[in-house]
Amino acid sequence: MTEYEHHDYDVLIIGAGGAGLRAAIEAKQRGLSVGIVTKSLLGKAHTVMAEGGIAAAMGNIYAEDNWQVHFRDTMRGGKMLNNYRMAELHAKEAPDRVYELEQWGALFDRTKDGRILQRDFGGHRYARLAHVGDRTGLELIRTLQQKVVSMGTDVFMECKVLQLVHDSAGRIAGAVAYWRPTGEFVTFGAKAVILATGGVGKSWKFTSNSWESTGDGHAMALWAGAELIDMECIQFHPTGMVWPFSVRGLLVTEGVRGDGGVLRNAEGERFMFRYVADMFRAETAESEEEADKWYADHSAGRRPPDLLPRDEVARAINAEVKAGRGSPHGGVFLDIGSRRSAEYIRRRLPSMYHQFMELAGVDITREAMEIGPTCHYIMGGVKVDADTAATRVAGLYAAGEVAGGMHGANRLGGNSLSDLVVFGRRAGVAAADYIDAGSGPADFDEGEVAAAIERALAPFTRESGENPYDIQRDLQDMMQANVGIIRNGPELADALTQLDGTFSERVANLKVTGGRAYNPGWNLATDLPSMITVSKCVTRGAIQREESRGGHTREDFPKASAEFGTFNLAHSVSAGTYDGEFATVRSPLLTMPDELKALLEEAK
Amino acid sequence: MAVLESRTKVQLGGRRGGPDLATLRGDRWWIQPIVTMSILTAFVVYSTWAAFQNRNYYVGSAVHRDLISPFYSPCLGGNCVPGSSIGFGIHGWAWSPALIILLFPLGFRLTCYYYRRSYYRAFWWSPPACAVADAHGSYTGESRFPLLMHNAHRYFFYFGLVLNAILTYDAFRAFYQPGIGWGVTVGTLVLTLNAVLLWSYSVSCHACRHLCGGQSRSFSKHPIRYKIWKFLTPLNAKHMNFAWASLIVVALTDVYVRLVASGALTDYRLF
Amino acid sequence: MADVTMRIWRGDAEGGDFQEYTIAQNEGEVVLDVIHRIQATEAPDLACRWNCKAGKCGSCSAEINGKPRLMCMTRMDELPEGTVTVAPMRTFPIIRDLVTDVSFNFAMAERIPAVLPPPMPEGGYRMFQEDVERGQEFRKCIECFLCQDVCHVIRDHEDNKHHYAGPRFFIRYAELEMHPLDTNDRRDYVREEMGLGYCNITKCCTEVCPEHIKITDNAIIPLKERAVDAHYDPIAWLGRKIRNGSKRSAAEAGVQPAP
Repeated sequence: MTEYEHHDYDVLIIGAGGAGLRAAIEAKQRGLSVGIVTKSLLGKAHTVMAEGGIAAAMGNIYAEDNWQVHFRDTMRGGKMLNNYRMAELHAKEAPDRVYELEQWGALFDRTKDGRILQRDFGGHRYARLAHVGDRTGLELIRTLQQKVVSMGTDVFMECKVLQLVHDSAGRIAGAVAYWRPTGEFVTFGAKAVILATGGVGKSWKFTSNSWESTGDGHAMALWAGAELIDMECIQFHPTGMVWPFSVRGLLVTEGVRGDGGVLRNAEGERFMFRYVADMFRAETAESEEEADKWYADHSAGRRPPDLLPRDEVARAINAEVKAGRGSPHGGVFLDIGSRRSAEYIRRRLPSMYHQFMELAGVDITREAMEIGPTCHYIMGGVKVDADTAATRVAGLYAAGEVAGGMHGANRLGGNSLSDLVVFGRRAGVAAADYIDAGSGPADFDEGEVAAAIERALAPFTRESGENPYDIQRDLQDMMQANVGIIRNGPELADALTQLDGTFSERVANLKVTGGRAYNPGWNLATDLPSMITVSKCVTRGAIQREESRGGHTREDFPKASAEFGTFNLAHSVSAGTYDGEFATVRSPLLTMPDELKALLEEAK
Repeated sequence: MAVLESRTKVQLGGRRGGPDLATLRGDRWWIQPIVTMSILTAFVVYSTWAAFQNRNYYVGSAVHRDLISPFYSPCLGGNCVPGSSIGFGIHGWAWSPALIILLFPLGFRLTCYYYRRSYYRAFWWSPPACAVADAHGSYTGESRFPLLMHNAHRYFFYFGLVLNAILTYDAFRAFYQPGIGWGVTVGTLVLTLNAVLLWSYSVSCHACRHLCGGQSRSFSKHPIRYKIWKFLTPLNAKHMNFAWASLIVVALTDVYVRLVASGALTDYRLF
Repeated sequence: MADVTMRIWRGDAEGGDFQEYTIAQNEGEVVLDVIHRIQATEAPDLACRWNCKAGKCGSCSAEINGKPRLMCMTRMDELPEGTVTVAPMRTFPIIRDLVTDVSFNFAMAERIPAVLPPPMPEGGYRMFQEDVERGQEFRKCIECFLCQDVCHVIRDHEDNKHHYAGPRFFIRYAELEMHPLDTNDRRDYVREEMGLGYCNITKCCTEVCPEHIKITDNAIIPLKERAVDAHYDPIAWLGRKIRNGSKRSAAEAGVQPAP
């Protein structure tokens, strides 16, 4: 049997992004011992990529803003598929979570009277995003990281969790992982485990996500017996870079549009006026003049269509390109240089300015950017209880992008950062309550550990086999082509056949060369099972949801259907095992209390 | 191997990656230290020579000019040439009067944050250029005497202000030419340029920026300090340029006065 | 486009050497793209650390043609013609190939006395843009540790790692000392324990910063001036005595590194 080191904690947190760190702070404040495990270094998590801001109805710019309006915006943006209770808690608690960041040292941009400045963003009725230029995610993670470090928390960096471990009664008892620098295995015993592993975007070819977003948490939760919901709802961010090819998919913040940038096609037309859906017609400007007035004063005109929710804008761009009115490299133009002063752009959007200057040689203060949709975020994730972030497996919690329900079928920009801190904290509270109630595990299933280690080491022992990079590349190509922004039945069916067949077989037979110490080929080999598992759930969900809604667009079912709007699709594997059979069932939405229903009715 | 005292386990003395070479840089990184070394050496040699000359530093009313070399102003020796003294001096001083005051501008520049960067790189090779190995085996930086004295920079800055005021007065006085009245010569412009550059060098100084406003924690509570700080910040970014320009011009001013005073050159009258 | 030869250092704590890979180039590529392509084809176990590939996370630090840079922000077409040399950061112990053990930096981060604001008033703190701007510049830091790598104080003198925080953490101390809400005073602590005096302001940290933070001019020198205020300036000392010490020294304030 393989020897490995072992650590015991009250709470084990997997993932060191915004949600994981916020959960750690909460558990630590409750006096519990906390261990954080992260695949990369502390402070490098994908949260740093969030640019525009953190949505919270503080009402600093428009006093009319309040949690009710934020709730309404979130539900409408999510096409009513949201877990209403999560959206409600999120809207109510986000302002406090932002203020507390200031207590820990965050420095947001300010209004003239010294309060937190808020900016406009797609789908938000009022200027609501607290921000720091266009690097808000960095501010969030640095603030939380510094708080966590000052509290003396153990952080296991460059340590990849392979699988969760149960006790004999099926409760969560910890996890098994390996150190990337050495390749040595390590196990963690924990009374409660909080998953905060982020997203799944690395399974697509054009994505704003880093190598880390392989859906490890989604897959581990599924294997451990939890359910995944809404997996078909993937957000394609409308504005990713399209050129140079090597950075295709890299994010261009929505803040560009919030600060006055507009979308144009190759003919110079501001085409978004032609793509306003009925649901948003009443509040969207009809002419360029009206839209331009709105930027200076929101009461002088209605919102520009460039600031519609992300799914609407992404589909419009896709349609323009298909109609042959795209830019030279297959996107459309995003123009702020002709509309705002160079000084303003450099101050408001410093990292966008550098990103284009240094990577594409484009000066965005003078030239238009070429942009197109890029895989950005998964709304779906582990099914959790809204108040506690608890999954259906005792002792297992999930918060952040890995959790599902909060955003419904489409997430509004800025709601992700607030999601992280609101539900990160709630997961920490709930895990602490669970432990205080004495509900921890009885023992630690060494058999699961041994099996996970054996599986992880198998690629070294095979005589021959495929290079993991080839499999990843093919998977990304296939998912981009068949399960991309616009989907149809036959392509999805083909995708599922390939995933269940060739891809699963190829992953089971790949070969890794070299040693175990910091071997990226091996690291990828251990990521691939997660990627395949998650891709299966996405595809199965996409096949069964025979409608178009938010981040799920079927060309064979172009309209939203009332029937499909009443349930989530929930995936599980039989017996909660690594090799189990997949099952997908309809899971009815929670019934909203009347006073919240009234809020949504009012808006109409 | 030693271990750093911290929660995170850090082994000191671990083997490093890359080849054991002083640098992997293939560009001409050595040009900058050589240029810096050449200019600074030339200045030191010239100014030492000029300081010990003890003559030709003042053009007086005999030639209808009133120009004084910045190396010798204020002339505080008991032996200053007639007309150059500011009214009092050290009785019995027998050496060159430049030696009395040069200590202050020398100290100001020696403790200047910009010059420190330059001479640590060019003369001490610590390091000669970025990512090029330090030429010394052990290193304590500015944490020990004598380099600890750099912390006196702000006092040299204060003295520098006094000297600037005197050199400004000298420049102003040069516009009045005994026997002729007000007029402009090349010499007056040289002295004026010298004074302007020395002021620029002083107010763009890092200590100045700190003392005038940078030291406050909250700018909104000190709006005037904030305004001054805002004004000084772009100047401070040009401190290097002012450092070089004022260094070269101060030497050239001495050269010019010296040439006129020795009779080798006539101070051309413009109007 | 023509092929390019990459000279990449490969090895671990046991030793290593450069290996050459000749590979095709595509338009607009950065060094990290080429490294990735080598990984995907010739050398699947070539170790390199990276995350965002957009200059935002600061993971892919290395020394390209001898200069500390981010691999994701160095375009191939800006490098001079010929072989491109890529080596790991020199200042930190090697793990493997281009990956180094940067835990020194996390240890230094632990020693920073935390921000200490007054209790939050109803409706949040009031701070003004001019108050937060200085700190915001330093908070742009992506912790790539290139400044720590290039700093000769620890690059060439391992023994200084005991008592030298390095540029990355001097900007953090500067940020805290300029934080409009913070009530801590770390000036003596930075001078005595964190080796502020070791910096001889040769400005290499500023030169290599991918975020273009003016580390030396805006953080280290203001910190040195604050250390003068707190410790070396007799007039400032006298002024404090007269005003009866409204500013506390680090020792008086009981500043301790975080537990």
